[in-house]
Amino acid sequence: MSVAKPLPHDAAALHVTGQARYVDDIPTPKGTLHLAFGLATIAKGKITAMDLGPVRASAGVVAVLTAEDLPFANDVSPSAHDEPLLATGTVHYLGQPVFLVVATSHRAARVAARRAKIEYAEEEALLTLDAALAADSRFEDGPRIYQKGDLDAAFAEAAHIIEDTFEIGGQEHFYLEGQAALAQPQEDGGMIVNSSTQHPTEIQHKVAEAIGLPMHAVRVETRRMGGGFGGKESQGNALAVASAVAARLTGKTCKMRYDRDDDMVITGKRHAFRISYRAGFDGEGRILAVDFTHLVNCGWAQDLSLPVADRAMLHADNAYAIPAIRIESHRLKTNLQSATAYRGFGGPQGMVGIERLMDHAAHVLRIDPVALRVRNYYDAPAANGEGSAAGLKDGGAAPRSATSPRDISEKVKDNTTPYGMAVTDFELHEMTEQLLASSDYAARRAEIADWNAGSARLKRGIAFSPVKFGISFTLTHLNQAGALVHVYQDGSIHLNHGGTEMGQGLFQKVAQVAAARFGVDLDRVKITATDTAKVPNTSATAASSGSDLNGMAVKAACDTLRDRMAAHLAAVHQQPVDAVVFQGDRVQIGAAEMSFEAAAMLCYTGRVSLSATGFYKTPSLEWDRIKGAGRPFFYFAYGAAVTEVVVDRLTGENRILRADILHDAGASLNPALDIGQVEGAYVQGAGWLTTEELVWDDKGRLRTHAPSTYKIPACSDRPEVFNVALYDGSNREETIYRSKAVGEPPFMLGISAWLALSNAVAGYGEDYPHLSAPATAEEVWRAARKVRDGI
Amino acid sequence: MTITFHLNGEQVSLPDSDPTTTLLDWLRDDRGLTGTKEGCNEGDCGACTVMVTDHSGAKALNACILFLPQLQGKSVRTVEGAAGPDGALHPVQQAMIDHHGSQCGFCTPGFVMSMVTAHTNGATDHNDQLAGNLCRCTGYAPIIRAAEAAAPEPVPSWISQDRSFIFSQISREEVADRGAEPPSSRPAAEPPSSLRPRSCDELAKAYAARPNATLIAGATDVGLWVTKQLRVLEEVIFLDGCADLKEITETEDGLYFGAMVDMNRVRAVLAPLYPSYAEMIRRFASQQVRAAATIGGNIANGSPIGDNPPALIALGATLHLRKGDNRRTLPIQDFFLDYGKQDRAPGEFVEGVSIPNQPDALRVYKLSKRFDQDISAVLGAFNVAVKEGTVTAARIAFGGMAGVPKRATAVEAALIGQPWSEATIQTAQAAFDQDFTPMSDMRASARYRLETARSLLLRYFADLNGAPEHVLEVRA
Repeated sequence: MSVAKPLPHDAAALHVTGQARYVDDIPTPKGTLHLAFGLATIAKGKITAMDLGPVRASAGVVAVLTAEDLPFANDVSPSAHDEPLLATGTVHYLGQPVFLVVATSHRAARVAARRAKIEYAEEEALLTLDAALAADSRFEDGPRIYQKGDLDAAFAEAAHIIEDTFEIGGQEHFYLEGQAALAQPQEDGGMIVNSSTQHPTEIQHKVAEAIGLPMHAVRVETRRMGGGFGGKESQGNALAVASAVAARLTGKTCKMRYDRDDDMVITGKRHAFRISYRAGFDGEGRILAVDFTHLVNCGWAQDLSLPVADRAMLHADNAYAIPAIRIESHRLKTNLQSATAYRGFGGPQGMVGIERLMDHAAHVLRIDPVALRVRNYYDAPAANGEGSAAGLKDGGAAPRSATSPRDISEKVKDNTTPYGMAVTDFELHEMTEQLLASSDYAARRAEIADWNAGSARLKRGIAFSPVKFGISFTLTHLNQAGALVHVYQDGSIHLNHGGTEMGQGLFQKVAQVAAARFGVDLDRVKITATDTAKVPNTSATAASSGSDLNGMAVKAACDTLRDRMAAHLAAVHQQPVDAVVFQGDRVQIGAAEMSFEAAAMLCYTGRVSLSATGFYKTPSLEWDRIKGAGRPFFYFAYGAAVTEVVVDRLTGENRILRADILHDAGASLNPALDIGQVEGAYVQGAGWLTTEELVWDDKGRLRTHAPSTYKIPACSDRPEVFNVALYDGSNREETIYRSKAVGEPPFMLGISAWLALSNAVAGYGEDYPHLSAPATAEEVWRAARKVRDGI
Repeated sequence: MTITFHLNGEQVSLPDSDPTTTLLDWLRDDRGLTGTKEGCNEGDCGACTVMVTDHSGAKALNACILFLPQLQGKSVRTVEGAAGPDGALHPVQQAMIDHHGSQCGFCTPGFVMSMVTAHTNGATDHNDQLAGNLCRCTGYAPIIRAAEAAAPEPVPSWISQDRSFIFSQISREEVADRGAEPPSSRPAAEPPSSLRPRSCDELAKAYAARPNATLIAGATDVGLWVTKQLRVLEEVIFLDGCADLKEITETEDGLYFGAMVDMNRVRAVLAPLYPSYAEMIRRFASQQVRAAATIGGNIANGSPIGDNPPALIALGATLHLRKGDNRRTLPIQDFFLDYGKQDRAPGEFVEGVSIPNQPDALRVYKLSKRFDQDISAVLGAFNVAVKEGTVTAARIAFGGMAGVPKRATAVEAALIGQPWSEATIQTAQAAFDQDFTPMSDMRASARYRLETARSLLLRYFADLNGAPEHVLEVRA
């Protein structure tokens, strides 16, 4: 069967030969026009005068558009209609698109876009969390608060109370392919749009509104993206809408791609957070109460900030059963780029909060940080009798029984999250045990302590961190997917679904599902570009949901076709339907056997419909985001990591030396692709918390707007020793072949690198390092000085 | 100027191209070869990497900041030419498939071409060979596995033939092109006038006559004027044809580097003499940038964060300047007058730099957010002579601490004549306040810069005393 095989990415051969086409590689008709935005040069104020004469006079310029020239909707927001394509007299951040240049070449458009003379009445911009809080500049009326248990009573019982406030920086996606869109006007005013987007349906929707036509007049196609990471969930809207508007105006094919610096200056990034915590523990290190405050820097427009901030709250517990907890989340509006989706979608920030708290507590309580964590884990399913009773179908492996060691002194925990969802699939006891053994954690921790005792200047550090990540869109209606499958008379199979390919290998995984359903070789299955004309009303490929949702939708479509074929073949051979078996690229009908193509031909000539749609919606979800109560997630994905680092107190220079990871992808659809996701996510997560620093100046100008100044991990930054394994498990819920989502969860394994830096810095003295993120060399240096010298 | 080169094994001649057209734009827009990608358009991500072979061998270069005239007489191989004419994959391509080295695939052509180049050259220091290629998906581990797997495979014939590309036709054209003068005036919309002198003498004559021309050596900086600042360069002179500026000469007193010696060659020559300098050059920039960037360019552009000048100041290097037939020399630190201002007359250019022979006491320390391919927050170069326990001479210079690469004269004064001891180091550390008032920017705060500069003196003391400690040396 094709599932569970470690097959290469479907386009690997195209990638390595340069034949894989991205939007900017698509051949375009002669006369194609190119677009660039003119950008605001202040962070906040009114436009008082705008002289676009020099722009229009610039060589190669065909048209220059402002908000007033837009024929229909001037809106590229994915949520609150608060994000115009072009500024309407008011500027909200430095880099906001103000006008649109249409020119004969990419360079001509860029040159012209810099020639405007715009005058502003500048206003004081809100650039920091403090400034926004002071001005009560926020989304929603006030903070969201989720609460469970009696905090006051729990704190009153606590033997130890710890508290702190720290910063978590944002993160630039740095997809290698910048944002891009191509719009080709059609004979009837309709539009075909190629977009580098995770969300073709939203592109279709926004383009239709912008050119004043129903959605049926717009077809959006996405074959692949050169990386997405959440940055192409909503941020591609502007380019697609601009291209379509310009194409409608000029009647020409129009293309827009951002130069890298423009991309970084215009588009949103991961939300920066400030997290404050106060936590109470008993004498044995059991957590009794936590009070979190999240200050969330949302930037100027709402975009996806509310669900991002919600998800941070939903991961404030991570893997720990906390009897009394309160999470207060302020969604602050500032004059910076509008922060947007980024791998983990707020989850990582929430998780960093609780892991920082645990790190701090272990230091203060002088308890081994792993022991403290395990002591506070949710219980494993067998221990509290809430294991899933879901029946097993379709070859899924049996859920393992929980045999994990537990703190025997422990009472049975209230195994529900702060939002009231029962945790019934907790795998981390056994995973932790396995990882500690495979990484030789205890011996290395002792060896590092010895090494550090003999080294005054350099210190090594080691840290473990777990991940429990909730899988499903928290906006419940998004948890649906569609598929379209054709079997042709020659036995070849056309596969289409609503998911998009951004490098994660979704197309291959889903093709493996399709081949498995028909029992055929994978090369019978043709993977095709995501197309809003084939599968409508899709959700973004986001929230790690791609293979869960689309795999199930494709399975449904394939099973429909297979059942139709089986019924016909059975009738022809006068056999019962269950005598028809699809396997080994052939079809058996009782004693008879034929090739799959012969079966397809037989069905075709027998007038059987060989085209089917499939649909899936995730079951069991119920969520009230205002109350913070219900079951927002179908299940949880788990992971655990141990990272070792070394730091130099004199300069703060630091390196990751080794990482060991055990990750839960359920019964993996494709272990090679899943391990690729885990390795890549870890390095990206570690980059977020170490070298990747976004710096704005006091005018709101992003100073780190290119790879020369914004430093994602390079080749030598990966751990030199890097052991990644998949946990031998199976989803307790009935997902596609009992697999689990894998896009986002391993990103948070990178937290262990940050904690290891904290552990190393703690070696310089007695105090807790109070590290913020990102832990750049300078931040590590600062923390080490404080710990060692108190300055 | 007609530009002639080989592209994937076939000759290309471009009679009237704009000399500031980048290879990347030409490949994608004019030739329809879209395998080579634009990731950053500034030479920092490597998605546009191509392999360029010339007399000195195969190099990985960033096509986004490589102007067409720089290819004269060379052989270019893009990702479309990595596989054989019959479609047989190059070993690194097959290994990238086998080891799952691509995810989104956008950086992959650049990685493949860096790997093809390293494979061709037999280089197996993969971290360094790939330091100029950013990948956001894989975390690099599978790419390294692929590079290791491909390393033992033989170089395919279609790749090795690039070495024998130098054919008589190009040589004839180069002769014919020699000394060709552009028209003295031209309409504004015309491409910039360009010259490609064949020798330092020709350059001296041409530049003296056109002191406003922009000199283009490796284009790792000037390339960005065009791709990022969108500047139109009126007159350009490409130095790539000046073979005599690429010479390295060993004299009785030391080493002389022509201005056009690229940083990879500088590194190779200095490695046995001043290993710390060579290690700094490794981190100074990626393979792609080092293969293009020249020592003369890195000095002449006068950046306060150029990494060579502090090291050269610490070595007591002499700068050789030339204008027409007039030559002069000066201690290199005197070249840097102020931010953006150098002691260089109109029409005068850097001809070379010489480093006097000396025992190796040089240590160069680079502090940056990322170890590889990053601009320094602080770069300290230390060269202290100790005789019988007493400091007899000291040359210490820093980048990133002032508007110019600057010598730490007060620190030096606090060391000279003193015993080489921790107490002396402590005294000298206080003197940094007299030498430097650094600024805060996106790379580091002023405080970090000043305090770590002090600390680097302590690191130097430990290093010279045979107790080096650096995080890059530690293993799990």
